Amino acid sequence: MPPLLKLILIRLGLGALTLLLVSVVVFWATQALPTDTAQAILGREATPERLEKLREKLGLNRPVYEQYASWLADVVRGDFGDSLVQQDTPVTKLLRTRVVNSAALVFVAALVSIPFSILIGSLSALWRDTKFDVTVSTGNLALAALPEFVVGIGLVLLFATNVFRVMPAVSRIDPGLSLLNQLDLLILPAATLTLAVAPYVSRILRASMIEVLESEYVMMARLKGLKGPLVLWRHALPNAIAPTLQVIALNLAWLAGGIVVVEYLFAYPGIGQSLVDAVANRDLPMIQALCLLIAAVYVVLNLLADIATILVSPRLRTGLR
Amino acid sequence: MSGQVVLAVDGLKIVLDPSGIFIDDEVSFVIYAGEVLGLVGESASGKTTVATALLRHQRRGAKIADGRVLIDGEDVLTLAPEALRQLRGGLISYVPQDASASLNPALRIGTQLVEILEAHGFGGSDAARRERLTEMMTEVLLPSDKQFLRRYPHQLSGGQQQRVAVAMAFACRPKMIVLDEPTTALDVTTQAHVLETVKKLTRAYGVAALYVTHDLAVVANLADRIAVMYAGRLVEVGSRNDLFTRSLHPYSRRLLEAIPDLSGCRALRGIPGSAPRPGRRPEGCSFEPRCDWAIDTCRVEFPPVDGPGPDHQVRCWRFAEVGAEPMGAGQRGEERVRFDPSLENVIAVSGVSAYYGQKKTLHDVTIHLHTRRCLALVGESGSGKTTLARCIAGLHPFKIEGSITHRGTELARDARGRDQGTRQAIQYIFQSPYSSLNPRKSVRQTLTQPLRVFFDISKSETEDRVASALEQVALDTSVLRRYPDELSGGERQRVAIARALAAEPTVLICDEVTSSLDVSVQAAIVELLAQLQHETGLSMLFVTHNLALVRSIAQEVAVMSGGRIVEAGVVDKVLEDPQADYTRKLLTDTPTI
Amino acid sequence: MSEIPKVTDSNLVEPASTPGSGRSSEWSETLRNAWSFGRTKIGVAIFIAIVLLALLGPVLAPHTPTEFVGAPYSRPSPNALFGADNLGRDVLTRVLWGGRTVLGLSIAATIIGLGGGIVFGLIAGYARRFVDETVMRLLDVLLAFPQLVLVLLLISVVGPKLWLIVLMVGLSHAPRVARVTRAAALEISQRDFVKAAEALGESRVRILATEILPNITSPLLVEFGLRLTYSIGLIAALSFLGFGLQPPAADWGLMINENRVGVAVQPWAVALPVLLIGILTIGTNLIADGMGRALIGIERRADV
Repeated sequence: MPPLLKLILIRLGLGALTLLLVSVVVFWATQALPTDTAQAILGREATPERLEKLREKLGLNRPVYEQYASWLADVVRGDFGDSLVQQDTPVTKLLRTRVVNSAALVFVAALVSIPFSILIGSLSALWRDTKFDVTVSTGNLALAALPEFVVGIGLVLLFATNVFRVMPAVSRIDPGLSLLNQLDLLILPAATLTLAVAPYVSRILRASMIEVLESEYVMMARLKGLKGPLVLWRHALPNAIAPTLQVIALNLAWLAGGIVVVEYLFAYPGIGQSLVDAVANRDLPMIQALCLLIAAVYVVLNLLADIATILVSPRLRTGLR
Repeated sequence: MSGQVVLAVDGLKIVLDPSGIFIDDEVSFVIYAGEVLGLVGESASGKTTVATALLRHQRRGAKIADGRVLIDGEDVLTLAPEALRQLRGGLISYVPQDASASLNPALRIGTQLVEILEAHGFGGSDAARRERLTEMMTEVLLPSDKQFLRRYPHQLSGGQQQRVAVAMAFACRPKMIVLDEPTTALDVTTQAHVLETVKKLTRAYGVAALYVTHDLAVVANLADRIAVMYAGRLVEVGSRNDLFTRSLHPYSRRLLEAIPDLSGCRALRGIPGSAPRPGRRPEGCSFEPRCDWAIDTCRVEFPPVDGPGPDHQVRCWRFAEVGAEPMGAGQRGEERVRFDPSLENVIAVSGVSAYYGQKKTLHDVTIHLHTRRCLALVGESGSGKTTLARCIAGLHPFKIEGSITHRGTELARDARGRDQGTRQAIQYIFQSPYSSLNPRKSVRQTLTQPLRVFFDISKSETEDRVASALEQVALDTSVLRRYPDELSGGERQRVAIARALAAEPTVLICDEVTSSLDVSVQAAIVELLAQLQHETGLSMLFVTHNLALVRSIAQEVAVMSGGRIVEAGVVDKVLEDPQADYTRKLLTDTPTI
Repeated sequence: MSEIPKVTDSNLVEPASTPGSGRSSEWSETLRNAWSFGRTKIGVAIFIAIVLLALLGPVLAPHTPTEFVGAPYSRPSPNALFGADNLGRDVLTRVLWGGRTVLGLSIAATIIGLGGGIVFGLIAGYARRFVDETVMRLLDVLLAFPQLVLVLLLISVVGPKLWLIVLMVGLSHAPRVARVTRAAALEISQRDFVKAAEALGESRVRILATEILPNITSPLLVEFGLRLTYSIGLIAALSFLGFGLQPPAADWGLMINENRVGVAVQPWAVALPVLLIGILTIGTNLIADGMGRALIGIERRADV
């Protein structure tokens, strides 16, 4: 087998293993914890009959590993069960449009924040210790510290309610209309996510770029008499971006988690909002589906970044000497 | 040296930015066409800083404060940016110390070679450039086929990488080449080939070259003239012959005596102390604290440039008196050792194979360490000598086959599996004193550790033993309160030796213990170890890559290559009448003065 | 394996420490260096100010946190300087009361997370091979969940209990802290002085405690600052989502949740707690950043 293929297959295998373990964690936390799940869902005043009925429905009377096995078998087939709140509606059906909405939000935020922060990070490294760099790094430091709901509320106070009233404060997407017709509703949530992610990516890029700019091969490229832009484009940038791919993937995955707070704040009908509702209502199948989905996004993005890193680094691609 | 002046450096001063502390000062020299000038200095002498200044490059935190660098009459330091770019790689080129770090890991070597031709418009067309590329590769004895040019740097050996760097430097037929310790990272055999290539090319094209090195032996056969640098100033400049036979500066003389001698005719002599770093340099002559010749004037004022003539300049108040003294210190005391089969084995390694992960790195190795003897284990990097030493010390974390015995008893593979007495008897000294001392422990804490582990003794007894261990390595008890980063490299290695001695071992394993130290400090440490072994009757395994050191310390030697012992025996016999081809090659390639 | 080391003269600057200065430990040196940055001082000032506000607030508060001072969302008046909240309680009073919980819970969660992470990280970093692989792979599984999602997953069943929130926020930090600890410990455990201690036959626990741990205190200090920043954000976010402190508690996160409907009429009830949380996290992050910079400085120097 070619070493490159083997390397990628190993990563794929590890990714699958992680996903399996993720499912164990999700199942354990929701259904196998040493608490009475049925009681937890229905509360103290529940009648014994109702409790028994729910246990039956959730299969809580069977041994734990059996419950897990049949649950996993269903999940693999794409069946997460019915919602406990909206009776007899499959979770997958409830989530369909919400996944699309959330994906749109994450996509817009990523599209803006990633190229923007790569640019900012590279420029800061290039103009190291100038006024620009100091300003950017101070801004990054502050933004990285702020919890996303603080950023979001700040934006609402500033642009939607008290200072200027140019934006909608809530983003209730009309399911009857295409998302493309309601893009204005995406602006504030996407801006919040962008501001939350950009500092991390631009900081890591700055650090990586500085390391590369001080490397001996960039010094050598300069001492060879290459023109400045060529040194940057050919010698510095590719080597600076490669090690940041993992961080970029991590931050995209973080976007998938950050939407919980942001969607709740803007009442945006996505999976984050669903998760908050599901936790409030103890809708177990819903929680299981959402946690698995979000973790899977992380695992897949990480895997893609891994493979991308292998593909852009000749040392890894051609196999270790 | 006749010929036309290619490079003239005048009053160059380089300082740390922003503190303004000087790294180099008053550096002036010239290089003629077709000539190689060797710039020799120990670490922190500022020699690399001077080398890159010739291309007007400084690393972050340093800047060129004053002086002129004229190449072909043009001042590099005042050139406009575009003119500077054309100069770099065109008129003057640079060969870096570490080619593996200086080649871009993400670009094919062909790309990296062609781009320098393109940048300087060398060869009018792609075809012409390709032709030049083939020519360049042939000159440095590398294949020039497409397959090879499509490789990435990591797919080349260290020697090949350095050849690529040399090819790059000669690409645009420059008038001047700066070689910054280009062979330091290489094995001696590879080094010999690279030096040969450099010599051939500079001669063939009449290029002026500056060869920066810490190793006088390397430039002994290469340089026409030699400049000796100490603490940021040139202290002596002269022809190779002047330097090696009529040196006028005490530092140059002591540096020569510190170079291990393959023939073993000279005694090895270190220089006490260490070279001062920027900001720590004394007023007056910076060599004064280490100098036998120092007088009151030396403490006050740095001597001016003086000397017997324009071709031999020196900065020493007493150069005339120094010059009157004949060169070449004491001859080595003759103490020839014959092989004596009755000698007792203290460590016997027989049929040992060891693995590193899945890879077999030692193949069926058999050696014997005799009581009260020093066995030198010599080999190039990757020969398996450190693995063997670690197997004996119980520090090799992978599979070991075969038998290793200590006084007839089989040794456990892992140090933890051995009994207290064995762990105490066999002590190991590591290569780098920068890594072997815990930075968070004072010297006192470091030295008490083996005493606490091995001996059940009172506090005052511990103090006494710590003091005597320090005395054995010639350190003052004032170092007890200090932490490793407050000590020089030589002092650190002495502390590491003292730690081993405190355990009162019978076997001492020294793994490349001098290779991270300056030549002058290395000589002092080797002197110390030889003396210790002589006085205490330790059995010592001295692992080294430097064949020239062997005479100064060992009575027996084993030569390793590719994980096998290729030759072993009494030192004089092996070095004077080597049987294995590999030993012969090593002997020829080891640079000598 | 044995490489011939390069002799360079690129390490020209020697440390400025004076002989026998009796420097006690790494972390105190890091703290001293960190203090030399202006930003760190600002961060410390902010942190102290907010801690004081949280501790002394209840004493200074003009009303009690549950007392009604006016109509819901009434505008600022002399009686209620920043107006009233959704139920007509004094905003200023509730803000003065509401810092204790965030601070206390965050610090507790950070300590739990750091403790757990350090133990796992040290074990993984020093044990290497099989144990290392296993521990890190299991922690990777926890890493797959964004911290907030992990906490939500667990409180979804047990309910929003305070001890659980602290435990869960701490637990969600642990794998991240473990990664940092492991990387640092791994680097140190490959140094020769650790091998020297092994050759002497020192016990593993002693090696971890006296050879490795003292050499990684600085990155852990930075980690503490960072994790504290994130703990504050997480705990406040949980209250904001309604899963943290429960009414009628006075808590900054909860206040934002309760009053955000009326933000257009009475912004103070939202703006004040948001501002304070924001300032607090910026303060702790400035401290973490200062320590990080100090650490890089020390590493550069020690890297002779």
